[in-house]
Amino acid sequence: MNRFAGFVRKEFFHIFRDKRTLLILFGLPIAQMLIFGFVISNEVRDVGIAFYDQSHDAVTRKISDKIVSSGYFLPEFNIQSPDEIEKAFRSGKVREVIVFEPEFGKKLERLGTANVQLILDATDANLANLVSNYTTGIIQDFVTKSNQTTQRPIQIVPEVRMLYNENLESAFLFVPGIMALIMVLVSAMMTSISIAREKEMGTMEVLLISPLKPMQIIIGKVVPYAVLSCVNVITILALGYFVFGVPVQGSLALLLAECLLYILLALSLGILISSVANSQLIAMLISAVGLMLPTILLSGFIFPIENMPKILQWICQIMPAKWFIIIIKDIMLKGVGLGYVWKETLVLIGMTGLFLLISLKKFKIRLE
Amino acid sequence: MRTILFLLQKEFLQVFRNRMMLPIIFVMPLIQMIILVNAATMEMKNLNLFIVDQDLSSTSRQLVDRFAASPFFRISGRSFAMDEAESGLKRGQCDIIIHVPANFEKRLVRENRAEVQFLINAINGTVAGIGYAYAASITAGYNRDILLKWNNPTAAMTPIKSIGVRTSFWYNPELNYKVFMVPAILAVLVTVIGAFLSGLNIVREKEIGTIEQINVTPIRKYQFIIGKLTPFLILALVELGVGLTLGKLLFDIPINGSLVLLFSTAAIYLLVVLGMGLLVSSLAGTQQQAMFINFFLMIVMMMMSGLFTSAESMPDWAQTANIFNPIAYFMRLVRMILLKGSGLADIYRDVVSLFIFGIAMLSLATWCYRKTT
Amino acid sequence: MINTAREPIIRVRNMVKKFGAFVANDRLSFEIFPGEIFGFLGANGAGKTTAIRILCGLSKPTSGEIKVAGFDAYHQTEQIKHNIGYMSQKFSLYEDLTVYENIRFYGGIYGLTLSEIRSRSAELIDQLGLQDFRNVLIKSLPLGWKQKLAFSVAIFHRPKIVFLDEPTSGVDPITRRQFWSMIYAAAHDGITVFVTTHYMDEAEYCDRVSIMVDGRIAALDTPESLIRSFQVKNINDVFIKLARPAAPNEVNQ
Repeated sequence: MNRFAGFVRKEFFHIFRDKRTLLILFGLPIAQMLIFGFVISNEVRDVGIAFYDQSHDAVTRKISDKIVSSGYFLPEFNIQSPDEIEKAFRSGKVREVIVFEPEFGKKLERLGTANVQLILDATDANLANLVSNYTTGIIQDFVTKSNQTTQRPIQIVPEVRMLYNENLESAFLFVPGIMALIMVLVSAMMTSISIAREKEMGTMEVLLISPLKPMQIIIGKVVPYAVLSCVNVITILALGYFVFGVPVQGSLALLLAECLLYILLALSLGILISSVANSQLIAMLISAVGLMLPTILLSGFIFPIENMPKILQWICQIMPAKWFIIIIKDIMLKGVGLGYVWKETLVLIGMTGLFLLISLKKFKIRLE
Repeated sequence: MRTILFLLQKEFLQVFRNRMMLPIIFVMPLIQMIILVNAATMEMKNLNLFIVDQDLSSTSRQLVDRFAASPFFRISGRSFAMDEAESGLKRGQCDIIIHVPANFEKRLVRENRAEVQFLINAINGTVAGIGYAYAASITAGYNRDILLKWNNPTAAMTPIKSIGVRTSFWYNPELNYKVFMVPAILAVLVTVIGAFLSGLNIVREKEIGTIEQINVTPIRKYQFIIGKLTPFLILALVELGVGLTLGKLLFDIPINGSLVLLFSTAAIYLLVVLGMGLLVSSLAGTQQQAMFINFFLMIVMMMMSGLFTSAESMPDWAQTANIFNPIAYFMRLVRMILLKGSGLADIYRDVVSLFIFGIAMLSLATWCYRKTT
Repeated sequence: MINTAREPIIRVRNMVKKFGAFVANDRLSFEIFPGEIFGFLGANGAGKTTAIRILCGLSKPTSGEIKVAGFDAYHQTEQIKHNIGYMSQKFSLYEDLTVYENIRFYGGIYGLTLSEIRSRSAELIDQLGLQDFRNVLIKSLPLGWKQKLAFSVAIFHRPKIVFLDEPTSGVDPITRRQFWSMIYAAAHDGITVFVTTHYMDEAEYCDRVSIMVDGRIAALDTPESLIRSFQVKNINDVFIKLARPAAPNEVNQ
């Protein structure tokens, strides 16, 4: 037991003496949280627009003012001719050109209807959609308000309640994903690299000859990263809660237990990878391309699974991260208990068992 | 000059003999293109609506029909009571509950005002926001139509005014998110090769010890650096070409601008990125450290650069930070050149900034690299 | 052969190299003459590699006067590099390049023209008997051949001095003998050879040797004179006599 403790201590030293890597292991989740939380959003703010007013009357001016004063838009140009439209888009400064037809006010008075054209730079399709929606909304609001002075107002008032995430904090979506990602990074990738490094340098053989049992070697290698992962999880949860208000509606104990399960799964994956990789570089590449990239892309972390083509959706089913993210979201944000997530938990347990079995088998073969 | 040629000859030989290098360069873009672009749709389709109509009047039914007719929504269930809806929301079977309370029509007729409730699963804040925007606009549209119908125009004196709004989407009329993503992927590919592989290469030499043999020769620092970085510059540009071809073949992305401009811009951008990779590997002690530091920087800068969402939607401080983020520049430039056909006149300012950045980065990296310790 | 009447080609006076508080080289002073085979002996950790790195321009000395091939080791390291060759302990040739590619690369780096490279490399490959291996990757060659090739590449550009850091480590005795004939041939051609080793028998192949103990030069003379003055049978014993007071726990060779 003493030997084992000594071995674990050596492993801890390895990690803590490599200050640069350590900095990154702790810094990365924090940076990711901050960026995802504060930076990535689909809000409409300060969007550059331009007016191509072919009418120049009081009505168009009122509408233009209303659009500009909404706070969503920033007027950049006033366009005088059709070719300037293309130029405006190409400069990258303008996302929308609002075109009023000639004699707009007059037509509105006499015919009761006039036309506005919204031309949008749809390279960012979502933003274009939002911008066109908002602009249309403002224009229609203008119509409704100006009609109200003459007719009886009829209003259907939408009341909205945003459930689970009142302020539409993007962090709510990302915190579970970041947790899954960081755990995979630290537990799987780092573990696999650590074991692969011993193999590459030849010190693994020295360890195997020593009185330490192979199982002890593996566990000793793995324990420090498990601890690091736990610390990371707590950091992420704390950051999420204190900075972004991401709550833990459900049982914290259940949440932590599921996290532990996932850490175990990631660790066993790391061991599995290291049993296949001969060098650090290969371990790194397999972890990065084979594990991390799919975790980011195919786990529902950023891109919703439902929108993907069917084949990819099938692949998503075998991503452990996918199941984990569902569990985390449900527990943290919806406040459900084991009764709701037992299916996913079972899947995770199954996967962990499978990976551990395979790794153990591979190690036994190597030793013989 | 001759020295550089000899160096380049050696480097190219080594790169092509490296078993792992070539598959990475040619397989990676393929995989990234196919999976990433297909997976990375932020499009909103088929939001699931659950209708709880407690009024069951013709008005409420017409309103619900409007939602059914919209391509963005799908009615996944109807019921009279809320609990079924609510548990459906909890289980994730529906995204939005529309609750029309009893006496909806009556109140609208008598009091000119009635409420409709939307309960939205807001875990994905973006989807919730956009979904609500659509729902609100459908409701407002219906509202307008009632206004027109119920206010008998012949009785009143002034006619109802309405403004017809026509929307055209340029550069991407189908609102295809892939069009947005493919240029981004191209930028990522170029960046990864430029920063990652080149930096790793140098650190590996350091670790093995071959770098000492170079340090002892009369090779000047700048010659060594040019020799080390040029192969990766070329490889990255080749990668760009491969990726572009794939993008065209698989996704038919538009190529509206000048390819010459694109590749020249990429070359200038690569100066920056290569310089960064070099700097990191001069400072890192081991391959692992170099890899992680590079990885960290790449991820942070990529996220901030407008990879997934437009950089303009970001808060002010982020936009200021992006002034120092070369990836942000390149991301913008690739999209502008490919999708909008922007020309040199439109982008020269960004290009010049990148150029200055690149020279500064490379000089710094060269200065930091020490032949004598 | 050495000619002490000529100017020394390496002149070192009171060279000191400190790493923090640790003194790796403590006031070393020596002179080396053109065409000499100079052996730099000492136990591992005595400071040999540190000293050689300074002489090669790979490391800056803390203090002292050092001139290599007439150039100052503080400010003229690049000129030094033009005039020297180096064979490091860890590695010399690129494993993933062929025999010819390595020769061509180093030849080109040192400024040889393509025709010079072609003719000299043909000569070299012939001499070493590597005609069938011209286009074979270095990693496929046995260690002994690698070392011999590495030495030849180090002097390919006919430098004035060649520094060899433990060149025969891990190589069998026959290959070592062949290696030393190559060193003799080079010295005969006027190349000064500065070699570090911890094989004491190789010391007797050198014109003069110095023995470093704990960062200082404890002895410097021809092998015969040292053996005589210490009254022992061979250099090995000289070494043990010198090293014993410093390292009382050292196991007897």
